Formats: sequence, structure tokens, C-alpha cells
Amino acid sequence: MTAPIYLITLLPLIGFLINGLLGRFLTERQSGMVASGTVLGSFLISAQLTMGLMTRPGKNPHFVQTLFTWIEAGDLQIQAGYWFDALAAVMALVVTGVGLLIHIYSIGYMRGDPGVRRYFAFMNLFIFMMLNLVLADNLALLFLGWEGVGLCSYLLIGFWFQDESKARAGMKAFIVNRVGDAGFIIAMVLLYHQFGTLNIQQLANAAPFALAGRAFFTAVTLLLFLGATGKSAQIPLHIWLPDAMAGPTPVSALIHAATMVTAGVYLIARNSVLFTLAPATMNTIATIGILTAFLAASMAITQKDIKKVLAYSTISQLGYMFTAVGVGAFSAGIFHLMTHAFFKGLLFLGAGSVIHGLGGEQNIDNMGGLKKHMPSTHLTMLVGVLAITGVPGLSGFFSKDEILWGAFVRYEGFSWIWLVGVITAGMTAFYMFRLLFRTFYGQPRWSNQLHPHESPSVMTLPLILLAFLSILGGYVGVPEVLGGMNHFHHLLEPVVAISPWGLAGGHEASHFMELLAMFISTVAALGGIYYAYKVYILQPRMADELRDKLPGLYKLSFNKYYVDEFYGAAVVRPLVAFSQVLWTWFDDRVIDGLVNGSAALIGSGSRLIRQLQSGLIQHYAAFILGGVIVIMAIIYAS
Amino acid sequence: MYWLNQHLLSLVIFVPAIGAGLILMLPAQRSGAIKRVALVASLVTFALSYFLFSGFRANAAFQFIEKVAWIPGYGISYHVGIDGISLLLVMLTTFIAPVTILSAFDSIKKRVKGFMIAMLLLETGMLGVFAALDLFLFYIFWEAMLIPMYLIIGIWGGERRLYAAIKFVLFTMFGSLLMLVAILAIYREGYLALGQYTTDYLKLLTVDLGARAQIWMFLAFALSFAIKVPLFPFHTWLPDAHVEAPTPGSVILAGVLLKLGGYGFLRFCIPMFPGATTLFTPLVVALAVIGIIYGALVAMVQTDMKKLVAYSSVSHLGFVMLGMFALSLQSVSGSVLQMVNHGLSTGALFLLVGFIYQRTHTREIAAYGGLASVMPGFAVVFIVVTLSSIGLPGLNGFVGEFLIIVGSFQTQPAGAIIAVLGVVLSAVYLLWLVHRVFFGEPGKVVSSGTGSDPEQLLDLTSREWSIVLPVLALIILLGVYPKPFLNRIEPAVDNLVHTYQETLLPESAEQLKAERLIADQELEWVKDH
Repeated sequence: MTAPIYLITLLPLIGFLINGLLGRFLTERQSGMVASGTVLGSFLISAQLTMGLMTRPGKNPHFVQTLFTWIEAGDLQIQAGYWFDALAAVMALVVTGVGLLIHIYSIGYMRGDPGVRRYFAFMNLFIFMMLNLVLADNLALLFLGWEGVGLCSYLLIGFWFQDESKARAGMKAFIVNRVGDAGFIIAMVLLYHQFGTLNIQQLANAAPFALAGRAFFTAVTLLLFLGATGKSAQIPLHIWLPDAMAGPTPVSALIHAATMVTAGVYLIARNSVLFTLAPATMNTIATIGILTAFLAASMAITQKDIKKVLAYSTISQLGYMFTAVGVGAFSAGIFHLMTHAFFKGLLFLGAGSVIHGLGGEQNIDNMGGLKKHMPSTHLTMLVGVLAITGVPGLSGFFSKDEILWGAFVRYEGFSWIWLVGVITAGMTAFYMFRLLFRTFYGQPRWSNQLHPHESPSVMTLPLILLAFLSILGGYVGVPEVLGGMNHFHHLLEPVVAISPWGLAGGHEASHFMELLAMFISTVAALGGIYYAYKVYILQPRMADELRDKLPGLYKLSFNKYYVDEFYGAAVVRPLVAFSQVLWTWFDDRVIDGLVNGSAALIGSGSRLIRQLQSGLIQHYAAFILGGVIVIMAIIYAS
Repeated sequence: MYWLNQHLLSLVIFVPAIGAGLILMLPAQRSGAIKRVALVASLVTFALSYFLFSGFRANAAFQFIEKVAWIPGYGISYHVGIDGISLLLVMLTTFIAPVTILSAFDSIKKRVKGFMIAMLLLETGMLGVFAALDLFLFYIFWEAMLIPMYLIIGIWGGERRLYAAIKFVLFTMFGSLLMLVAILAIYREGYLALGQYTTDYLKLLTVDLGARAQIWMFLAFALSFAIKVPLFPFHTWLPDAHVEAPTPGSVILAGVLLKLGGYGFLRFCIPMFPGATTLFTPLVVALAVIGIIYGALVAMVQTDMKKLVAYSSVSHLGFVMLGMFALSLQSVSGSVLQMVNHGLSTGALFLLVGFIYQRTHTREIAAYGGLASVMPGFAVVFIVVTLSSIGLPGLNGFVGEFLIIVGSFQTQPAGAIIAVLGVVLSAVYLLWLVHRVFFGEPGKVVSSGTGSDPEQLLDLTSREWSIVLPVLALIILLGVYPKPFLNRIEPAVDNLVHTYQETLLPESAEQLKAERLIADQELEWVKDH
């Protein structure tokens, strides 16, 4: 006997309503407990359903539930319906599990903030929307979750709205996302037009037999991918995510690292059948993904704000995930999504702990030597850094390697995509250890008025749990070549499309090649670590020397390749100026000019005709009648 | 009871007028009693209209029909009745009216008696337009509505109220005179075809008008309706009318009055002149799509809140017109629903702007900032309404927009895709408005409160809450569970679309039917596998 699926989403919704409507009757602590409690409930139900899934017979075990018809007009029937299969289970567990830890952490982090009830209400609303996104059985309901998480992101980035720049960052996130959403909407329209349904399973069943040609699927999938680039901050819509760091740090951990930003990857994996029918799109995704991974890593290297480093790192890691799904290694993409949720959630919460302990300081130039003041934070962050770096044995190693191996197989050898992936792995190691060293090691650079302290256990406990997950999370997907079973891959096998390029555990290519590729990427990571150690620990002045030696490159990286400035000059300002012209010239001059001109004409005309005004009703009636007759005559004469 | 049932629709139409009559008998000083009578009259109307909604059978026929000979010599009768399309707009009217009247309690200080009479007569006029099944009756209601609206803008309006009122009247009159001519022409055509003089809508609907006549008549009707909608480029009266109208005037204008244009297209232009409709569809669709983008861009650069909302109406009603002339089941259903949605969201935005104007006496966006800290409740309501207007799924705006876009793509793919840009732009101008008004440092009026202390910026009063809460409830209901509404619209729309296709292209309609059959079978196959 399994619980109904809707309970998973209902509980956070109730939490949102309690905190949102009745928040003022709750103490700060109760508010946090309500929010965390509902997410805990969702997690337990998701876990129970996942267990139920294991014992379920059939090729693709799943639970379905239709609640009611949401939108209905003729053939268009959109249900509020859920679909719980292995992919949904993984996502729901990550969202509620990591979400729960971050909720608990927030109780400590947000203590004393006057808006704490609003905070928890938004967080619960976010969980509700995110669960709708991952459980929806049709694209329209998925889109509801998609827009809903965007809304929560907007509200939470601008949580401290008194600060204009923070509110602006929220607005920027929403609007940039909307550009992607336009693609999503058009894709839905095309799919409905072609298949008469938006149900994901029905689409997947019908697509391979569709009469529509390859061009159709390329168009649809590119449009969906446009939506994904917005939500998951890929080039060219990546610009909102660094600004999104304006939100409270647990928000960055939950929404802008662990869950929402991965929705684009989920969208592609969920519709993998459609995507595999469009090889051109797949190549585009892999290319955009790997370029994003590389460029974001190159921006992360020079950032000084601890959260900005992590933000660019997130963009970069998301790039890896897109590379994975782009090369058809869908389960590898979702695997990395999960391990990334653990270690990046951990890193953000760790950064939050540092910021908390330093009284709001975020610049790593003003940190250093925090190791002995914040031992738990240091240790757990070290685990997170090792995991993201891909040090063998930790979760990131397994998932990142599966992606690189997927790229290797897809392009039959040492392709440029694989190569860039390996180089980026090295860069990742470098900037993550730079972060670690600048924060926890070396001489303290913070002002001596500060008294850094370790965070309370309500904050460190989630860190420790996430650290364990970051270590152990990879062992669900140990590849066969290392003697593992790759459970994760087999779990998702029935859900995602079998890529036509055959990455079925790497049987086709030789084990030797797989080990060699693994070795090379590990060497790259270790090289990155060593270089960071050399620059920031052994020869601390080397960083400044490097910067002075390469001023152009440094500026380009520090200023994020001036993409924001480009959009400002090429899109925003011209559009505003154009609109001004439309209003002041076209509306006021042209249209109203015509109107007022004709009014003036009539005015002067009527002065002439005024003589006709005899004041006798009969005359007027005759004029009206005459006029009507004349006009009717004209109509009939023609 | 039987009598009540037989005359339910007429009661709904005329209860507001009866209320106006009662108010007429009250002395002008007793403004409290006057307000109460007006509110009760509008609430009774709403309650009665609920029985229309619950008793409505989901089929395409006109229901609650009443027909009494009026001027038999000319074939003019009092003939009213509603189908699913008019039902929703009647409900919208009876819902918005009490909201508007309640909002006038605070915002109308002078000549309360006259205002309430005008408001109630306006309601009767609008309900009559939506229910009339006789062209002459329709015209009477249409024109009768103009007078109270003119007075509301001209007497209770802002500084440039006379300019705005006259602009409003001139624009509207210009259209309706041409419409009168067209009605007379149809009257004559009807005589030629039927052998009797009649202004009965249902009878005239059967008259096969020649192609040339259709074109002229379509143009005459369409101009009148296009001005009312307003369709780009006939929209310039709207920002002025909104800016100068008092808050309740703006609410009723955006909430209901603008829908009369869209309703007119659906009720008269498309079914009576199908040939001309086909001819002009590309033009109307083009203007609608231009309106979506143009309205959004111009809204973006406004400095006055009311003007911004007014231009956003141009954009939103562009969606309505696109869906209507795309003439597919989904698009027209979406279009009807979107008229209701727009009435609720934009009506609510004008209400909210009115609330804040009453506190600060300015609508200048730049004077605000940081309002969310001072008036959190107001901020929540404003943001929810904004999101509804942006088309966030889960709120009402999305359902309409989505149906319009999906449905329009079937016949007007280019228009549908450009319209999606409007979805992006609506987020830009509305969120930017929210940003400038509510977030950041306290602005000029928020910190100083124009010559008063900030404590004067009290959050919503209980009366204001009682005005906005029902609107919010409907915004959510229509977003989460629009089915009862869509089910009532669908038969009428289905009838409209099919009749249009069949009168127009019999052979391609057959083909369409065959294609649909095949598609259905394919779908079944897919569902089975």
C-alpha cells in the first residue's frame, strides 16, 4: 500500500499556506518547524513510493494519478496529473531530501530576520512548485511548476527587497527566464499541433512513428532547449545566475544550485525520446553545454565573491550535465545532477556558514585562516571541494567521469568536446581549491574587529549530512569497469531513451580506453589542485604576478566577457529608446494628430454649416433621414 | 417562482436600473443610504445572475429567452437571451459592478447620488448589450451606456476630464453612427430576404448577405467595435479616458466596457458577415498582433501608473482579438475567457492604483519606491494581480493566453508565435512597475507621504480587503479550475466556429472533419499503446 502521489506536493502547499496566511501567529521557530516538517513529510512519502516502485512489476514501473481536468477546450485536455517513475523518484528525493536539509539549516541562518515567515512560506512554495515540475505527467503542468519555481526564485532573490540592487537581480532572473519560456511555450504549441496531446508518455510513444520530419523535432527540441538554457543558466541566457546570489545563501544552495537550475537537464531527460529524434539538437546541446562549462569555469577563476565563484561553478557544472544529455548519456546527466545537488548544496551552505561567521563578509580577499575558527565548516567544505573536483572515490568522480566517458563514446574517441571537458575539470579543481585556500588557509585578512565563530549545530548538522552524501552518493553508480554494478544507470534505463549511439555501460568500447580516459581526467584534476596549491599556498605572490602578466585575460574573465554590457547596449537600451519613440511620436503625434486634425477640420467645417441650424426639429429629422438615405444609396449603388 | 424563472434574465438586467430609480427618490444629502441602496442593488443582481450560471445548460442554444413585441409595426421586439459567451460576460459585469460601487464609497466624495445612479444605469446598459437578441434593442443599450460613462469621466474625473470625456464620446459615437447605418441596411436586407421587417438577431442571422454588402456592413460594425476594444490604432482615447476617469470609472471601463467591443465582434461581425470576416481576418490579426507588441512596448516606458495599465490593456486585448479571429475552438474559447480574465486583473490593477492614489495623490511611478515595507498587504495583492496579468500558470491569465496561443497556431501560426513575444514583454513592463513602486529605498511619497507623515500610508483597510479578496479568489479559481467556465463557453464557441467554417467553405469543412477523424484515431492508437 503506497501513499497517493498528491500528498508529496500537498504538504509543502499546506506549509506555504500556514506560513503565508497565519505566519503572524507563529513564533520564528514554529514557522521554521512547520516548513521543515512538511518537507520532511514529502520526503518520507517520496521514499515510500520509491520503495513501492522497486517491487512494482513491468518494464517501466510507475505510479500514475490524475487529480482533475485543468484546462479543457475541445480536443485539448490538460489534466492535473502526476507520474511517478524512477526518474521522478530520483528528482523528488533530491528535491525533498536536500530541500529538507536546507530548510533546517535556514532555521539557524535566518534567525532574527524580520521576514522569516515570508522566507519559509516562499521556500515551501518553491518545494511545491519544484515537485509539480518533476512529477507532472504533461508538459503544461510541468510548465506550471517551471514558472512557479521561477516565481519563487524571483521572490527569494529579491527577498531583501529594500536593497534595490537585490530586487533588481530578482527581476533580471525572471525576465531572462521568460525569454527561454517563450521557447517552451512555442514548443508546447508545436507538439500539441502535431500530436494532439501534451502528455509526456503519449508524446514519447507517438513521436517515433510521427509523420513529421526531422526538421519538426529539431525545431521543437531546440525550443525546449531554449527554455532549458534560461532556467539552467546556459549560454547565452546565463547572465542572471551570478546576480541571483543576492538572495539569502540557503536560497542559493537550494534553488540556484541543487534543484531549480537543474530543471533544464530534467526537462531534456524527461523528453529524451523527442531529443534523440533530433541529432542536430543533441549536438547543439552538447556543444553549448561544454562551452558553458569551460567559459563559466574561466570566469570563476577570477571572482572574489565567494558566492559568485560558486555561482559560476554551478553554471559550469550545469554545462557538464547538458553535455551529458547532449551526447545521449541521459542517466549520466541525472546522476551528475544528483551528486551536484549534494556537493554544491554543501558548498553553498558552507559558504553561508562562513559568511554567517564573518558577519556578512563575502569577499575572499578578506578571509583566510578560518580553518581553526570554523573546523566543521572547513572539513565539510573540503569534502565538497574534493567531490566537485572529481577526486577518485567521491561522488563527483563517478558522475563526472560517466559524462566524459559518454562524450568519448559518442564522438568515438578523443573529440574536442571530451578534451574541453577534461581541461575544464582541471580548471574546476584549480578555482575550487583557490576558494578553499583563500578562505580557510594562509594568513587571516579579515579586520580584527571580527570574531569568526563556528555556526550553531542546526547549521553544521546539514553540512555534515551533505558531506556524507557527497562522499557516498557516487556509489549508487559505480561503473562496471571499476567492478561496480552501475545501479543508477539501470534504474533509469527504462525511463530515458536509449541513445542511438549506444552508451549502454560502455560495453562497446574497450575497458582499456575507459580506464585511460578516466586516468587522464583524474590527472587533470590533480594537476589543477597542485597548481592552486602552488599559486595560493607555496608562492602567495604568484597570483598577483599572474594577473599583472595577463591583464587583458584577467579583465575579460573578471568582467564575465562583458556579456551583460553587450545585452545592455544591443537589446535593452535600443528597445527602451524605440518604445519612447513609439509613444511620444507615433501615439501622440501620428494617431492623435490625425484625430485632432480631423476634429479641427470638422470644427471649421461646422462653422460653415452652422447656418443650417434653424432650431426646428423637423429640419433636423429631415437631415438625418436624408443622410441615412444617401449612405444607403451608396451602399446599394456599389 | 415560475414567474421568476421566466423573467430571470430581465430581472438581472433591470434590477440595477430599479436601484437607480430608488436612489432617485432619496434626498442627495443621505449619501450613506444612497451608497447602501446602490450596493444592495448590485449585489442582488449578482446573486440573481448566479442562478443564470447554475441553471445554464451547457449547449449552444440561447437560454433564458424572453421575447415581447415592442414596436410591432417595425418588427422590433424586446428579445433577450444568453449563450455561453454572453453568460460569462454577464457574470463578469454583475461581479465587477458591486466591486466598483464599493470602491466608490471611498473615492467618490461629491455628488454621490448622481454617481451611483450613473453607475447602476451603466450596469443595466452593459447587461442589456450582452443579452440583447434584437439589433434595435442592442443599439439602444449600446448608446444608453455611453451617456453614464461620459458623465462619470466628465463630472467625477481628474483635471483634464472634459478633454478625455469628449475624446471618449467622439471616438465612440463615430463608430456607433456607422453601426446604426449598417443596422438599417441589414434591416432592409432582411426585408428583401424574409419578406418582413424585423430587427430580430436570430432571424437576420439566417439572411444570406451578398459579398459587397457584407464588406460594408462588416466595416461599419467592426470600426465601432474596434474602437471599443480598442484595437490598435484606435486606442488613443483609452489612456486619456483611464487617466482622467475616477477609480470606479477606470475599473468598470477596463473591467467590462472594453469587452463590449470583443463581444460585438463575436456576436455580430463573425456570424453575420462570415465572408467579410474571412476577407478581413489577415488585417485584424495583423492589427491585433501589432497591438500586443506595441501596447507592451509603450506600456514599458510610461511614467504614470494608470497609463501603464491602460497601455497594457491594449496589449492584452490584442491577444483577445488574435484568438477571436484565429477562429479555432481553442482560440475563441481562450479569447472569451481572456476577456473575463482581463476584466478581473486589469480591473483589479486600476482598483489598486486607486487605493494608493487616494493615499498619496500621485500616480507618478518615480515618486514611489519601497512601498512594500510600508504596505506589505497591499504589495502582496498587487503582485498577485500583476502575476495574473503576466500569465503565470496557476492564475487565470495563463489559461486564456495558453488557449489563445495554442488555438491560434492552427490557423494563424505566425501571429501566434509573435504573440508569444508579448508574453515576454508583459513580464518586463509589469515587473519593472512592481520594482519601481514596491522595492528599493523609500521613494518621495513613501518617506514623506506628500505633506504628511509616513504613518498615513496605512495598509489596506478592511473595506479595501473586502473589495479585493473576491477578485483574488476568482483569479485563483479561474487559474486552477477553469473547467466550469470553459464548459459553458465551449458549445457556443463550437457552434460559432463550425457555422463559420461550414457557411464559408463547405467542401473544406468536410475535409477538415475527415482530418479530425483521422487525428482522433491516431490519438486513440497512441493512447492504447
